[in-house]
Amino acid sequence: MRQVTGLILLLVLVGSLVSGVLLIHPFGHPDASDMDDYIIENAQEETGSNNVVAAVLFDYRALDTLGEATILFTAVMGVLLLARTLKRKEESS
Amino acid sequence: MEHIPLDFPFLAAALLVGVSFYIIIFKKNLIKLIMGIAMLAAGVNLFLVSLGYRAGGTAPIYTDVPEGPMVLSIPQALTLTSIVINVAVLALMLTMVIHIYRHTGSLDSEKSRKLKG
Amino acid sequence: MLSKIVRTVANQLILFILVFGLYVIIHGHITPGGGFQGGAVIVSGVVMLLVAFSSQELKKSLRERVLSIVESSGAVIFIVLAFAGIGTVFFYNFLVGTPIFGRIPAPGPGPGDIWTGGVIPLMNFAVGLKVIAGLSAVVLAIALFSSGEEVEE
Repeated sequence: MRQVTGLILLLVLVGSLVSGVLLIHPFGHPDASDMDDYIIENAQEETGSNNVVAAVLFDYRALDTLGEATILFTAVMGVLLLARTLKRKEESS
Repeated sequence: MEHIPLDFPFLAAALLVGVSFYIIIFKKNLIKLIMGIAMLAAGVNLFLVSLGYRAGGTAPIYTDVPEGPMVLSIPQALTLTSIVINVAVLALMLTMVIHIYRHTGSLDSEKSRKLKG
Repeated sequence: MLSKIVRTVANQLILFILVFGLYVIIHGHITPGGGFQGGAVIVSGVVMLLVAFSSQELKKSLRERVLSIVESSGAVIFIVLAFAGIGTVFFYNFLVGTPIFGRIPAPGPGPGDIWTGGVIPLMNFAVGLKVIAGLSAVVLAIALFSSGEEVEE
């Protein structure tokens, strides 16, 4: 019973994935690129850097980088909390 | 490498996500489940980068760049963020699997379902 | 702990990996790269040291308190740089035009200048510190945790 349900679910998911992928724009010709055209043209004078991806990460969309730094900090704190090796005391006080 | 027929990168990303769905639904070993989640992350990152390609385009960097249009730059920044987040979540999952193995003695996900100490 | 040849080669190679990682971090606004990529390169060098020497040996050099201070200072520098331009908006690039990092490159393709970029190289440095200290602490903690129990904390 579990196998049949899993198989039907898998076929539905993969079918919807493949049919959804064939419905978007053809590969190599994106259609809605107004924001990216503005960023590529004006990134050198407004931010002063030659690397447009670094300008997008740290100037135009810096709030996303702040959120990612927070997630990295939280995950490191979680791992250091779980992977602790303590010394067992001989006598309990 | 200007003309790739039949939308190959999109179909490859859909294949990766499909295989990872099969692993997550049907497999019981905990390490195999973690590998399936990592494969899901790889498929999503590939899909995100290949959405912003322009035919005959170059990298969006102005230092010594050859002639031609530039590819879109926002999906590349989003993929960078996604890769870092996936590494952090994978490290947390592996630490929890070590704890489960020490506590129950086996790597089967059916044996660690009961909520008793 | 592996044999003497592996230990000697790892001692010599860590210098080149460190220099290459710092090059990728500092030139983040001219060439492809930046804080996250350069931090990952340096962490791979630390993992090489962890494999060549055992984790008990590395625990004496990389103390947990120093790594925690470095990671927190990276986060604090990032947030201070965000609040420094609060006169206009949050995360304003206030160093464009000033003589510290504020030259504007010639428009179009051309060779890059390292004194450009505004506040971006300083943010790259802060994020690089955070990634190096955080991921090194994670790798060291997992190696110590899965090798032996009842070790002194």
